[in-house]
Amino acid sequence: MLDQSADGYVTEDGRQIGGVLMEMRNITLKFGGVTAIENISFDIREGEIRAIIGPNGAGKSSMLNVISGFYVPSEGEVWFRGARRPQLKPYQVARQGIARTFQNIALFHGMSTLDNIMTGRMTLMKSSIGAQAIWKGAAEREETEHREAVEKIIDFLEIQAIRKTPVGRLPYGLQKRVELGRALAAEPKLLLLDEPMAGMNVEEKEDMSRFILDVNDEFGTTIALIEHDMGVVMDLSDRVVVMDYGKKIGDGTPDEVRGNQAVIDAYLGVSHD
Amino acid sequence: MTTKSTPQGDLVSVPALLFRNASQFGSAPAYREKEFGIWQSWTWAQTAQEVREMALGLLVLGLKRGDHVAIIGRNRPAHYWSMVAVQMCGAIPVPLYQDAVAEEMAYVLEHAGARFVICGDQEQVDKVIEVQQRIDHIDQVVYTDKRGLRKYDHSAMNWMQDVQAEGRAAETRLAGELDARIAELTYDSTCVMLYTSGTTGKPKGVVLSNQNIIETSRNSSEFDDLRSSDSVLAYLPMAWVGDFIFSIGQAYWSGFCVCCPESAHTMMTDLREIGPSYYFAPPRIFEQQLTDVMIRMEDAGRFKKWLFDRYMAVARRVGPALLDGKEVSAWDRLAYALGHLFVYGPLKNTLGFSNVRVGYTAGEAIGPEIFDFYRALGINLKQLYGQTEAGVFITQQPDGEVRSDTVGVPSPGVEVKIDDDGEVHYRSPGVFVEYYKNPESTASTKDAEGWVATGDAGFFEEGTGHLRIIDRAKDVGKMADGSLFAPKYVENKLKFYPDILEAVVFGRDRDMCTAFINIDLNAVGNWAERNNVAYASYQELAGHPRVLETIANHVGEVNRSVAEDPMLSGCQIHRFVVLHKELDADDGELTRTRKVRRAVIGDKFNDLVGALYDGSRTVSTETEVTYEDGRKGSIKATLTVCDAEVVTPGSKAMAAE
Repeated sequence: MLDQSADGYVTEDGRQIGGVLMEMRNITLKFGGVTAIENISFDIREGEIRAIIGPNGAGKSSMLNVISGFYVPSEGEVWFRGARRPQLKPYQVARQGIARTFQNIALFHGMSTLDNIMTGRMTLMKSSIGAQAIWKGAAEREETEHREAVEKIIDFLEIQAIRKTPVGRLPYGLQKRVELGRALAAEPKLLLLDEPMAGMNVEEKEDMSRFILDVNDEFGTTIALIEHDMGVVMDLSDRVVVMDYGKKIGDGTPDEVRGNQAVIDAYLGVSHD
Repeated sequence: MTTKSTPQGDLVSVPALLFRNASQFGSAPAYREKEFGIWQSWTWAQTAQEVREMALGLLVLGLKRGDHVAIIGRNRPAHYWSMVAVQMCGAIPVPLYQDAVAEEMAYVLEHAGARFVICGDQEQVDKVIEVQQRIDHIDQVVYTDKRGLRKYDHSAMNWMQDVQAEGRAAETRLAGELDARIAELTYDSTCVMLYTSGTTGKPKGVVLSNQNIIETSRNSSEFDDLRSSDSVLAYLPMAWVGDFIFSIGQAYWSGFCVCCPESAHTMMTDLREIGPSYYFAPPRIFEQQLTDVMIRMEDAGRFKKWLFDRYMAVARRVGPALLDGKEVSAWDRLAYALGHLFVYGPLKNTLGFSNVRVGYTAGEAIGPEIFDFYRALGINLKQLYGQTEAGVFITQQPDGEVRSDTVGVPSPGVEVKIDDDGEVHYRSPGVFVEYYKNPESTASTKDAEGWVATGDAGFFEEGTGHLRIIDRAKDVGKMADGSLFAPKYVENKLKFYPDILEAVVFGRDRDMCTAFINIDLNAVGNWAERNNVAYASYQELAGHPRVLETIANHVGEVNRSVAEDPMLSGCQIHRFVVLHKELDADDGELTRTRKVRRAVIGDKFNDLVGALYDGSRTVSTETEVTYEDGRKGSIKATLTVCDAEVVTPGSKAMAAE
């Protein structure tokens, strides 16, 4: 068992994980009569890669939407950086330092890779619309700075060759990478990835895993991800939450989760009667 | 302008040339690299400073005289600098192919006895660490891109910029030592060790001295009048001798600028942005560019297509003559000038060839149509013939004497002779010192008088004195009925079709010739799209009946052309299969420079070769493939064996069998 004291812990590969960044306290989410999430609590610590796994319909995406502030839980509280988070608009969540990618890619298809990633900088732009239209002085300097940050991301994700290509023309795997780029452009404290490897082949999965590890390593970004591919999850993450039918059935390191009988049952399909 | 003198006493090493350039062209650009979307540049003075810091840093790490330092990475200024820095320390740079898998790399690292390894990025570092478990002589690893390497054990590993910083700090302490080591370099010291690609057997380490590199660079620079105002795009593997000569030898001798692309995938964009004046590419790249142009023109509007076709016809007629400085009528000159305005100029600009003054192709035969296309546009594309053992140049084509079927006249300072068996031999100042740790091979390749056997069969053309290469001497053989078998000759003819990427012809000691063919996915894929042919994979497209039909037509045409030569008419291809996978260097079927390994392919696909000769219509096969990370998998396929039309000498065409 890891030492999960308030100060954090040290991972197997020697990374220091910090204190609690986000805490979910007794979250319940209901849509009419359907309970998507039932009384779940867990935390996400600074610098860790935290996975949420579970069979189809377990409530993983709903959970991610609660974290991102898109859904407001019916009961329970979300604590972020030591304070209880009130109900927020999506842009307010983004300004708090939370960025995400989507299960079904949500990019601007007619725009180039560069412009798509540039939109990720939106929340960091300070000059007014008027100043940007005239594009003199501060606004021009600001754009240069943002462009530099975006170029660093393009370099980081090795997508220089498609810098000026409209994303609609790109294959799926590359679009996923562009979407990750856009999320990174916001310089998030917490990065949410919704099935980053869905529909990818082995090579693309390996590339994406490498990028996720590198993001965590280079920028110290905390990452919460949902993923179906068990192999990938177990290799990447420091701690895993397992959900089934809206309930939390396991929480711990990949090894602990792997040995958990409830988890094995959920994945191997024990009848629920 | 460069001062064109024979090397004085002091210009006997690459570092010496660097110092000359730093004082002579101090503020002229020496290197450019596109990074973060912007071209960054370094002057010769800055380069000299960077290289010196690296050399001092390597001394701090304990680099000794005579050590071998492996350099594995893509074309980046820092990697070129590190080679010169290694030379300054009296050690020997050994550039390796960066796409080699750990297993191949292990052989070379072990053979060279490398003590230091300079890696481009994490991928290369990972391979070296894997190898390190078996090889105990690797003491230090230095890397240039630190991404993903933060968590690695750094007890014997350093970031290049840290090494340079330590070098700066140690300047006062080690400057004397470094200057002494630079002063020790002579014309005979080893400049670089390059590994041959190894079409047969294990790669051999070719030791080239400063004299080899500097004299070859001087002669070839003068031959083409290369100047400090020229620029070149460095995008071919650093481990290949050509890149060493172009991007280090000639660049340092002439003082021209070496431009490094942003990544391997952006090469074409970067080429267009830089517009180099000196350009080298293997035929495959020219083929690919021509295929791309033709595909785009197929999709263009009617008027544009008409304009293109009309003026390309003018260009084909007039362009090469203009380039060679022959008589051209005023009317044709006008038509060509208009064509330049409407078509050639914009096209050259798009391809990145607007400024090319000297362009070379080598390594393989180039299709006459492809060659003529570029010449017609007014690009001075020439051919050369060379080898690692010669420091590249054996023969090359002078301006005004350029043809697609010869490789030119002996380069300045090179003597060439043909022996009784038709094998080409040469002797030059560029002739290598030895194969490292392999005196037997050295002795069998280079005789006591310094003549080197090329292993290629060829002859001098009567009248022009141009050399023509027929084939690898080893590959030329006899068929069962005693007629001449020259596989490469036929393969080249096949490869001139844009649809065909690679071909391997069999027939030695057999009663007929057969072939394996690889389709070009780009060209055939585009054809499929335009003709509404649906396919899900390479394998499916390669086995499509209409594709097979097209390929059979190509083979038939090649047979007709081969039959015209009575000596070679036996080499017509009777049966062929279109392979279900692309031949790949990772599977050992090609060398890292993309040359066919005939024996390996024959062994690996012996079931297919069998089917070609036993008359079967289809053959099922399972092939092992290696992924980029070294893991293995396998693919299964059922292939159709196709018959091709062959021509009986002196009669009309008839179907095989």
